[in-house]
Amino acid sequence: MRKAGLLTTAAMALALSAGLAQAEELHVLNWQGYGTDEAWAVEAFEAATGVTVVHDYFNSEQEMLTKLRTSPGAYDVILVNSAFTQQAADEGLIQPIDTARLTNFAALSPGLRDAPDLAYDGQVYGVAWTWGLTSIAYDTTEVDPGTSINILWDPQYAGNVGLRDDSVENVAIAAIATGQNMNDPADMDLIRQKLRELKPQIRTYWSSEDEWNKEFSADSFDVSVYWSGSASRSATAFNLPVGFFIPDEGAIAWLDGLSIATDAPNLDAAYAFIDYMDSADFYVRWDGEAGAPASANPSAMDMLPDTAFNKVVLSKPGATDHLQFMAPLSDEKREEFLEIWDETKAYFAE
Amino acid sequence: MRAETRRRWAIAGLTGPAYLWLTLTIFLPLSAMLWFSFQKKGPFGRHESEFTLKHYEAFFNKAYMQDLTWRSLEMGLQVTGICLLLGFPAAYVLAKRIRGRWREALFLLVVLPFWSNALVRIFSWTVVLRPGGVLDGAVQFVWPGAPSIDLADSWSAVIIGLVHSYLPYMILTCYLSLQAIDDSLIEAARSLGASAMTILWRIVLPLAIPGLAAGAVLIFVPVIGSFFEPKLLGGTQGVVIGTVIEEQFTVVSNWPLGGALSFILLAIVLLVLAVSYPFLKDRMRTT
Repeated sequence: MRKAGLLTTAAMALALSAGLAQAEELHVLNWQGYGTDEAWAVEAFEAATGVTVVHDYFNSEQEMLTKLRTSPGAYDVILVNSAFTQQAADEGLIQPIDTARLTNFAALSPGLRDAPDLAYDGQVYGVAWTWGLTSIAYDTTEVDPGTSINILWDPQYAGNVGLRDDSVENVAIAAIATGQNMNDPADMDLIRQKLRELKPQIRTYWSSEDEWNKEFSADSFDVSVYWSGSASRSATAFNLPVGFFIPDEGAIAWLDGLSIATDAPNLDAAYAFIDYMDSADFYVRWDGEAGAPASANPSAMDMLPDTAFNKVVLSKPGATDHLQFMAPLSDEKREEFLEIWDETKAYFAE
Repeated sequence: MRAETRRRWAIAGLTGPAYLWLTLTIFLPLSAMLWFSFQKKGPFGRHESEFTLKHYEAFFNKAYMQDLTWRSLEMGLQVTGICLLLGFPAAYVLAKRIRGRWREALFLLVVLPFWSNALVRIFSWTVVLRPGGVLDGAVQFVWPGAPSIDLADSWSAVIIGLVHSYLPYMILTCYLSLQAIDDSLIEAARSLGASAMTILWRIVLPLAIPGLAAGAVLIFVPVIGSFFEPKLLGGTQGVVIGTVIEEQFTVVSNWPLGGALSFILLAIVLLVLAVSYPFLKDRMRTT
């Protein structure tokens, strides 16, 4: 009899603590240091909704996909680049967005909000959040940039150029430099050749924003391919002499969207969080304090001071004429690009 | 229970957990990866299982993969060789010449690198080797106006970083072999008129070969598969088959190709071990 009483008490205590342990949590999966984990933003969200934000990070889009595939039900909000949204939707990793639940959705830039890459099977799977450019960054104290993407191939900067160790990005840069469509280049041999010509130029590869900052401040390279949001951060938060320009030939543009995982444990908080992320209040403070890419919310962009990094870069006449947006690529294409890049790296190492 | 059966149960009980652990954490995952390497696509998304040899063929068809595998093997041989040259004398001094408390203190210093995180070690090498870094600063201090030392982002940096990480293995295994050598053997040889060189070559080395071989294997096998040391220290020179395999998993989700390349590397290692085993057995003595 006594044993049974003890057992019931124990069971009740467990049930109670389980109920208490469900103090609300929101699980976010994103790049590290990319807006959603800003301390003040998390605090503000917690104060407004009572939900604690817990972050997990990835270092590559493939890692993001792997995490989603291997841990169903572990995440609520995920950052999914528009080149991957349809793949994630097709694999059943993210769920359709009920846009009526987002107060900021209708006000987003139509071109970005309704981007076909963010939709799948007639439904919206990604909420447009930020967009930016992958273009040329340089040391303002040592380099006079000019306006061409061929600065990367300029013998004046031999041994002083940094490239990201990313096959898709580098094939795209070579495609832009040879006047081709970066998502479906017609002449791969030309790209191969153009990439090989970089051999005397490259000092080292970088693969994360943190690594870029370290190499740049150690003066490893003066000219590099880099992301606009990160350049803004390096200049604003780390006070590095970083300049950024969009070449005449064009640049890579990318669109990041916030998606909700299938089996997300906390749907209400997920929608509230995405709404907050797309708000002008969040964006203006984010760009001011840390530096950010461009927002999909045009009123947020308007509220930026005129000296803001992104405003300066994007307001130059003709800046956005030749941008090519990253599109979804088939597995075969990705593997082909990776092979070309690996071959090129092996050639550089000879 | 009969004593024989009890003994069998005792053996099973003592070794069982270890073998179970090895099966779950090594044998099963490796078998799964072997299965994937013969599939057309990785184990994600909805598609049928399709058997193919194309990932193994890719290694034989693509010259750059063979070049990079050769680079990895070279890296392994260079690092193992340097560890042998540095580690064996250090272990000999530690085992035969140093006595008492000094021996423990020096032992601690040898093992110290293991206490730090591997990534921290490698990153600190980038700080030491780059122009304007610790090494350059030290040289400039002693000899101002010297040409600046720039070892960062180079093959040498990779080798330096790897030797630093793996040297303790060689010192430890050689130490174990050497301290088991009976001193009276060396004294007997000396009393018979053998020179130091002869003692080393004909008595110490043959008896120490098990330690040398173990150290060499412990270093060679992980080094040829390493990828983050070449990536962080090597710059454009840091491209080896390990980095290609890593990219198959982190950049393109092409698990079959990554698995195929890994097993080809494993086959090469087994080949090297099989070829060197008779040679070592020949030279080895146990008394």
